[in-house]
Amino acid sequence: MKKSKILMIVGSLLLLGLFVFPLWNITLEAPQYPIPLGMDIYINKFVDTHEFDIKNINLMNHYVGMQNIPETIPEFKIFPVAIGIMVVLGVIIGFFGNHKLFLAWFVLMCILGTAGMYDFYMWEYNYGHNLSPKAIMNFKNPDGSVMGFQPPLFGTKDILNFTAHSYPRTGAYFLFVGMLLTFVSFFVGKKEAKAKA
Amino acid sequence: MKTIFKSLLVITVLSMVLGSCGKGDSKKNGALSGNAAERVYVAPGEYDEFYAFLSGGFSGQLAVYGLPSGRLFKVIPVFSVDPEKAYGFSEETKPMLNTSHGFIPWDDSHHPDISQTTGELDGRWIFINGNNTPRIARIDLTSFETAEIIEIPNSAGNHSSSYVTENTEYVVAGTRFSIPYPQKDMPINEYKGNFKGALTFIAVDPKNGSMDIKFQLMMPGFNYDLSHPGRGASHGWFFFTTYNTEEANSLLEVNASQNDKDYIAAINWKKIEEYVNNGGGKKTPTKYAHNVYNEETHSATSTIKEEVLIINPSDVPGAIYFMPTPKSPHGCDVDPTGEYIVGSGKLAAELTVHSFSKMIKAIDEKKFDGDAYGIPILQYEATLAGAVKQPGLGPLHTEFDGKGNAYTTFFISSEVVKWKLGTWEVIDRKPVFYSVGHLMIPGGNSRKPFGKYLVAMNKITKDRYLSTGPEVTQSAQLFDITGEKMEMLLDFPTIGEPHYAAGIPASMIMPKSKKIYKLEENKHPYATKSEATSKVVRKGNEVHVYMTMIRSHFAPDNIEGIQVGDKVFFHVTNLEQDYDVPHGFAVIGANTSELLIMPGQTKTNIWEPKQVGVWPFYCTDFCSALHQEMQGYIRVSPKGSNVPLTYTLDGDAVDAE
Repeated sequence: MKKSKILMIVGSLLLLGLFVFPLWNITLEAPQYPIPLGMDIYINKFVDTHEFDIKNINLMNHYVGMQNIPETIPEFKIFPVAIGIMVVLGVIIGFFGNHKLFLAWFVLMCILGTAGMYDFYMWEYNYGHNLSPKAIMNFKNPDGSVMGFQPPLFGTKDILNFTAHSYPRTGAYFLFVGMLLTFVSFFVGKKEAKAKA
Repeated sequence: MKTIFKSLLVITVLSMVLGSCGKGDSKKNGALSGNAAERVYVAPGEYDEFYAFLSGGFSGQLAVYGLPSGRLFKVIPVFSVDPEKAYGFSEETKPMLNTSHGFIPWDDSHHPDISQTTGELDGRWIFINGNNTPRIARIDLTSFETAEIIEIPNSAGNHSSSYVTENTEYVVAGTRFSIPYPQKDMPINEYKGNFKGALTFIAVDPKNGSMDIKFQLMMPGFNYDLSHPGRGASHGWFFFTTYNTEEANSLLEVNASQNDKDYIAAINWKKIEEYVNNGGGKKTPTKYAHNVYNEETHSATSTIKEEVLIINPSDVPGAIYFMPTPKSPHGCDVDPTGEYIVGSGKLAAELTVHSFSKMIKAIDEKKFDGDAYGIPILQYEATLAGAVKQPGLGPLHTEFDGKGNAYTTFFISSEVVKWKLGTWEVIDRKPVFYSVGHLMIPGGNSRKPFGKYLVAMNKITKDRYLSTGPEVTQSAQLFDITGEKMEMLLDFPTIGEPHYAAGIPASMIMPKSKKIYKLEENKHPYATKSEATSKVVRKGNEVHVYMTMIRSHFAPDNIEGIQVGDKVFFHVTNLEQDYDVPHGFAVIGANTSELLIMPGQTKTNIWEPKQVGVWPFYCTDFCSALHQEMQGYIRVSPKGSNVPLTYTLDGDAVDAE
């Protein structure tokens, strides 16, 4: 089998890692939490880093009027289906397609990924800004606007007594590496096509 | 008598001389104090190397310290009520202090001993005896809570307790005061021959630690002072010191000090166990309480048991022997190999050490010197391994470092003496301040001592600390015993009066220490697992409040429809599932303590309002930034009032059932 096809198939299959490993993690450090609170985000669920962390994050957040982290969100139904379809599609293309289709798959995956990140950002924004009018504590930014408590999309940010870390986890690395392989498969495939011609 | 007096005088003078030497030493230590400070300094955020469990003596409790820092972490309530933790006040814990004499709010806790497997500390449980109303408690070392208390019938002054055998097959409880058996109304001066001393073997379930009296051995009416199990070769035997073999019943300080030698009773418990397993012994009516705390229901139950299996020494020939030991021996300590049994004759000029192998040989060769109540007395010379000559005055207790050395406390000459097993030579002596009782080396009464530190527990402190009126603290003093000579590093005050202690490496306990109780595993019959299910239920004049607490409110927090004369049960559940977020509960005028409730736990207080009005209740543990807001009101109306029973949170009224 051609190298490009193998790369494409393996790259697509690596996405299956998302069904096993968390995609993202948010960790909250504070003086009172020497063992930080944390939450792993999978494509289909939120999971405590340590048992009861989400319950305790909610308890912390209620002081500033934030909503509870929901048990589930609609995305948890959509993401697994989308990823599943892309894996099957990627493998089929890998077997029967050519390098142009490889690129098309990669571009589609990039669009889906961006959409996913945007969706995640919107959820975070809402989570950090949709505050209860009866919030126990209200904080204002220096410019007078209401302080939001949105965790960072990527990176580390201080929010009151907490330091919030938001970073990709193993699942995301499977995704990145998988996508990279499919992208590489396009160039390899192109070279192979040239060599044949 | 005169010669004793003379020798006492000589040794007193000697000890004064030695004492002043000691002072010289302490000055030298002064120059090294920076060094000592470093060795006991545990920097902020760092951990101690060992746990030390010091008995609280007349406080009835067990205190948890760290070594080498000497910092106090927790006082575990065992035999005495503790209003801080609602122990003995909450409905759930009252049964723990039940006995055949009814509810008893206090005892005198003495000798903690950590469970062992193959003679080594395993860190699962710690046992401790209540001396006054004889009981043995088992404390769980994952929750650091008292899990079980068993009363010892036919016993009084439960002092030669609570030592565990090599695999924690048994925890043993011996009576210090002999009493009539069975108890009866009789003249006290008919003590001799009529009083008995019960030695109780309590079987420990290897899976869950549950205690059950296997048998009681009815010994002659001596005082059974202290004990230790055999280990290694001597595993299967138990040794008890006795005094008052004179069987005096009055002015014991004189009348029980007449015999030149008392005995160490050597009990082959394996042999007796076999006899019992084959149907031996006599089931005898009695009454004793067995109290068990269930961690799932967060509640204790007390059962009165009505039968105990009695064994008489004559039932099992060849199982019990007496080893003569000079002058009212106190401590009875077995070295890590199991070969040497140290009897600390508290009025003797030397420290007597018996040999287990010589004892077996003497038994085989029937080297007896008569008998006492049918129990063979072995010839003194036949079991003697050796004696530590002129060791000090008033030896009490001995522990071992696992390197062939023994360390003995001397109450009268106020010192700890290090000596060598086998050669019996004194290697070092250090003064302690003052009048030391017990000492403890972590694992120092097991096959595997951790011979790094020694803790001496002193009965008298006088001028050692800032004074606090006539009543001053007792103290513990920490020695480094890694070198040839002992070095005093630290002294620290203790709770109550520590009689003995047990130490264990922190690494064996800390990883298993519980952080919270899981709410989903809470099987308390009155648990309320969500705010939505909180409620108030009236049953005649009893009102049950199913209340929850979470940062930072109670649910419900407004209750109306209570009447004077009602008996209000607050069943309060802490809904938190976060480490170190307890909440407290207190209501004005309650004739009981606060409740201190750990995450996931339910506790119950009874409140009987006597006055009409609106009365507040609040959280007593500073739980959060909004702790001061964690409060509620309960409205009390006159008896027969028609104010309906309602309970609300934030105005959401729900009529009571």
